[in-house]
Amino acid sequence: MTELENNILEILSDDHRVSAEQISAMLGVDVKEVEATIKALEDRGVIVKYNTIINWEKTDREFVTALIEVKVVPQRDQGFDVIAERIYRFPEVQSVYLMSGDYDLAVTVEGKTMKDIAYFVAERLSPLESVLSTATHFILKKYKVEGIILEDHEQDHRLAVSP
Amino acid sequence: MNIKDMISPVIRDMPPSGIRRFFDLVDEIEGAVSLGVGEPDFITPWHIREASIHSLEEGYTHYTSNWGLPDLRREIARYLSHRFNLAYSFEDQIIVTVGASEAIDLALRAIVTPGDEVLVPEPSYVSYMPCVEMAGGRVVPIVTKAEDEFRLTPQALREAITPHTKALILPYPNNPTGGVMLRSDLEAIADVLKDTDILVLSDEIYAELTYGDTAHVSIASLPGMEERTVLISGFSKAFAMTGWRVGYAAGHRDIIAAMVKIHQYTMLCAPVMSQIAAVEALRAGYNDDYEDVKRMHREYDRRRRLMVKSFNDMGLECFEPRGAFYVFPSIQRTGMSSEEFCERLLQEQKVAVVPGNAFGASGEGFIRCSYAYSIDALTEALKRIGAFVENLHN
Repeated sequence: MTELENNILEILSDDHRVSAEQISAMLGVDVKEVEATIKALEDRGVIVKYNTIINWEKTDREFVTALIEVKVVPQRDQGFDVIAERIYRFPEVQSVYLMSGDYDLAVTVEGKTMKDIAYFVAERLSPLESVLSTATHFILKKYKVEGIILEDHEQDHRLAVSP
Repeated sequence: MNIKDMISPVIRDMPPSGIRRFFDLVDEIEGAVSLGVGEPDFITPWHIREASIHSLEEGYTHYTSNWGLPDLRREIARYLSHRFNLAYSFEDQIIVTVGASEAIDLALRAIVTPGDEVLVPEPSYVSYMPCVEMAGGRVVPIVTKAEDEFRLTPQALREAITPHTKALILPYPNNPTGGVMLRSDLEAIADVLKDTDILVLSDEIYAELTYGDTAHVSIASLPGMEERTVLISGFSKAFAMTGWRVGYAAGHRDIIAAMVKIHQYTMLCAPVMSQIAAVEALRAGYNDDYEDVKRMHREYDRRRRLMVKSFNDMGLECFEPRGAFYVFPSIQRTGMSSEEFCERLLQEQKVAVVPGNAFGASGEGFIRCSYAYSIDALTEALKRIGAFVENLHN
């Protein structure tokens, strides 16, 4: 990674709406070079997607999320990747992480109701051949997501003008 | 009894800060976007706040040594050595103060006797002149110029020196201009001073905020300069800790001892919870190579480039500042005075910037714009300033 790439990633990871023109001014680099670098980062899959962090609790959407600890049997030659894919392909699955420690995969799942989650665990996840056991924990409240505090009460308390 | 007559003439005749007057104006405008602040937009890093909260829980609510917590002085000594190649003994060469502001006041009161002249490069921070006058001294301003990138030149210094000159205040990196003194600039200044009995008060509060290839150099690190230099700094700018009010001075033991004498009778000590926070700031910085400082520095640097380019694009000539978090564009092209420009900009586009003459007469024709704001806020303010300048032509 070049210094320019790292700088661009830091800016975009904070706010992807910053335009190439602005980045060009901020870094003192030609706008064409900025655009080309962003394009290359996208092509290489370094930049995966530009999405928006939403505090869904402030909307009228009804949903339940659960963190499921999954123990699995890794498969010969393919390790955990195949079983992980079998799981992350389900659209209700939000994230899948391979873990060190007591269990193997940490899976977060979202549904409209607790019943949806129970159905997913009983009918989709547990029956998978490699899955040995599951432990489901419902998420009660999200405070911080992807490094962002959802209800940040820190404000700018500065005087408007100071020496 | 006329109470007004009871006020000391020195204070009575002291003009109120030009910034204060402007603050009152801004206060009346609803929805104003301000580029007027002289402090970081970052909130103090959480680990520093957490250390202070913990200290309160542990019962650290008492006075400290007049000199400051020994742990903090040790950390300051290590920091100054590590970052700026300076060697101070934590035992008798460092005093912890209530912000760098108190350190400036103490240093001046410790050295100035009535009739002494103190040289102050201008434009510069608003406190030097009143502090010199309250100490009974007289300020001799030295005008610095945009074409010199607001550096102090050896010629200008030489011309200002008289038999009454007691000290030179060296305010670099500079508020409001963003000017810095490179090593070669400082060597030329040291060369002028070496055969004199002139002390240097080096206000290095923005030392961590220099941009480009060259890191900050303290004049105290030049050969023969340590003894005559009082280094003044603090935690406000580098660690985003303005409200904690904790700073320090380092220098010759006799000067520091004199400063401690004033401090013990007037202030006693800096707030203990702030001193403990400062210990955490420096300790963590030493261990993680000042990651907080560097993260904020990277952001300031990007905003700085955006500001310089935007002002130059809108036709307000702006030299590229290499320090602090201000740009100081010239508004002479508009034919307006600094105050007129700022007042009209505030009325017409609701953007607050500070007139350059608030920092000394030589700041006339310039405005100070802080970039201690988010990119979103800066973009909005720049858009409005651009519209204001555009309208002037129509």
